[in-house]
Amino acid sequence: MNAPLPTNGLVPARAQPILRFENLTLGYNRHPAVHHLRGEVAAGSLLAIVGPNGAGKSTLLKAIAGELRPLQGRIELNGLERRQIAYLTQSTTLDSSFPMVVHDFVAMGLWREIGAFSGLSRTQRGNIEHALGVVGLAGLENRAIGTLSGGQLQRALFARVLLQDSPLVLLDEPFGAIDAASVRDLATLVRRWHSEGRTVIAVLHDLEHVRQEYPETLLLAREVVARGDTASVLSEENLLRARRLAEGRGDDAHAPVCHAVGNVE
Amino acid sequence: MIEALSDMPLLSPFIEFGFMRRALAGCLALSLGATPIGVFLMLRRMSLAGDAMSHAILPGAAVGYLLAGLSLPAMTIGGLIAGLAVAVMAGGVARNTVIREDTSLATFYLLSLSAGVLIISLRGSSVDLLHVLFGSVLALDDATLLLLAGFTSLSVVALAIGLRLFVLESCDPAFLARISRLAPLAHYGFLTLLVINLVAGFHALGTLMAVGIMILPAAAARLWVCSIGPLLLLAVFTALLGSTSGLLLSYYINVPAGPAIVLTLGALYLLSLAIGPLAPLASRWRTSWHFER
Repeated sequence: MNAPLPTNGLVPARAQPILRFENLTLGYNRHPAVHHLRGEVAAGSLLAIVGPNGAGKSTLLKAIAGELRPLQGRIELNGLERRQIAYLTQSTTLDSSFPMVVHDFVAMGLWREIGAFSGLSRTQRGNIEHALGVVGLAGLENRAIGTLSGGQLQRALFARVLLQDSPLVLLDEPFGAIDAASVRDLATLVRRWHSEGRTVIAVLHDLEHVRQEYPETLLLAREVVARGDTASVLSEENLLRARRLAEGRGDDAHAPVCHAVGNVE
Repeated sequence: MIEALSDMPLLSPFIEFGFMRRALAGCLALSLGATPIGVFLMLRRMSLAGDAMSHAILPGAAVGYLLAGLSLPAMTIGGLIAGLAVAVMAGGVARNTVIREDTSLATFYLLSLSAGVLIISLRGSSVDLLHVLFGSVLALDDATLLLLAGFTSLSVVALAIGLRLFVLESCDPAFLARISRLAPLAHYGFLTLLVINLVAGFHALGTLMAVGIMILPAAAARLWVCSIGPLLLLAVFTALLGSTSGLLLSYYINVPAGPAIVLTLGALYLLSLAIGPLAPLASRWRTSWHFER
C-alpha cells in the first residue's frame, strides 16, 4: 500500500532529521501532558501519531507548530521556519459564515508568495485551479464557503494546505467527521505529499487506516509507549499498555510518570 | 438654476441652510469611514464589542470636558485614550481570567457609562450631557468637520492598504497568526481604526448612537450580498441613503437629527430583513413557492 516512493527512499536513521525533540515536556498551566519526549523525525517521513484521548497528541502538534511553549526541553526545526509549517488543526478558527467564496479562501494558502498586497499571477491562478481539482472541488470556485458540506470544507482546507507548498505538514485528526469518499480522496493527497518528499505528521484515530497508509507510528499516552514501524508499534500489548497509562491518569495527574523515558532510535 | 433646485424638497434644506450642509458633510464622512469598519465589526461578531467601546469613549471625553469644557481637542484626545485603553483591557481580562469576553465588555460598558455621566454632571448642565450622549450633528463646526474628514481619510486609506489582512484576520485569525508576522498589526490596527471612527461618530451622533451608523448599514447590506467587496460598497451606500434621509426627516417633521438618522438606518435594516434575498423571511417565502410548484 504505502509503497516506498521516490524521495522517500530514506531510512529514517540516515535521513536528515527535519525535527528533533530534546527532552520535551509539554503541558498547560504547569500540568504536564507529554513527558520527556526525545528523538527525531526524518525528513520525508509519513508519521502517524496515535493514542487514547488525552494522550497529548494534539498538544504535540501544537508545540511543533510553535503555538505552545514547552515546559521543558525543546523542539529543533532543521532547515525550515515555523511559518513554513502547514498546520491543519482539529477545530479551525475559520468562521464559515464569513462571506467568502471557495476560490478566495483556498488562495490564502499562497500567502507566503502574495502576502498582504500582491495580486495573483497567471501561474498562481493556475495553481489554485489545480489545487481545487486535486481535492475534487473543481466547479465550486464561486460557492460561498458557508454553503459547503463538512467533507467539502475539509477538502477546501486541504487545498489551502496544498497551496502552502510546505515541507512539513501537520494534520490533526483530518478525517474526523467526514464522508468515506472525502477520506479516500484526501488520503490519496497525503500519499502524494509523501511521495513528493514532504514530511507529514498526522494525528489519527482509525488504526486500520494507519496500518494501511502510514509506514511509521508514534504511540503516545502522555509519554512515548512505542515508536517505529507501524505494524510492530500497533501490537496488542502496546495498545493495552497505552490504554492503562491513559486510565491511570487521574492518580498521577500531579505525579508525572517520569521514569519511562521516551524511546528512540 | 439654484432657485429651481431649491424648489425641490429633497435639496432645498441643504441649499438654504448651512447647518444642514454641514450635517450632510458629517454624515458623508461617517458613512465612508465608519461604515466599512462596521462591516468588519459585524463579520468578526464584535457588534456588541463595538457598542461597549463606544460607551468606553465617554469617560475619556468627559475628563477632557472637565478640564477644558466642550473643547474638541480635549474631548477627542480623552476619547481616543479611553477607547484604546478599554479595547486592550477588555481583551486582556477575557484572555487571562475566567471572565468571558461578553461579560468583560458589559462590565467595562457599565463602568464607563456611569463614570462618564458622573464626571460630566460634576461640571456641566444637562444640555451638555445630552450633547455628549446624543451628539450634535446639526451643530458641527469647521474644526469638528475637519476632524471627521481627517479620521475618515485615514480610515479609508488604512482599510484600502490592509484590506486583505483585515479580511483574513476576521475570517480565520489563527491561520493568519500562523502564516504572517503582520497578524498583531492587523488586530491592533483594526481596533485603532475602530476607536478613531467611534470618536468621530461620538462628535456627530453621541456616545449612545455612534455605533448605529456602523452596524445597521452593515447588517442591512449583509442580507443582500455574500461577498466582501460588494458588501462594503452596499453598506456605504445604505449608510449614505439612510443618513441623508434621516436628516431630511428630522428637518421636515422637526425631530432630533441623531435619532432620526439611526431610525432611518434601522428602517432600511428592517426592510432588508423583510425582502433581502438572504433574509429568513425571503428564503422561507421562496421555499414554499418551490414546494408549491
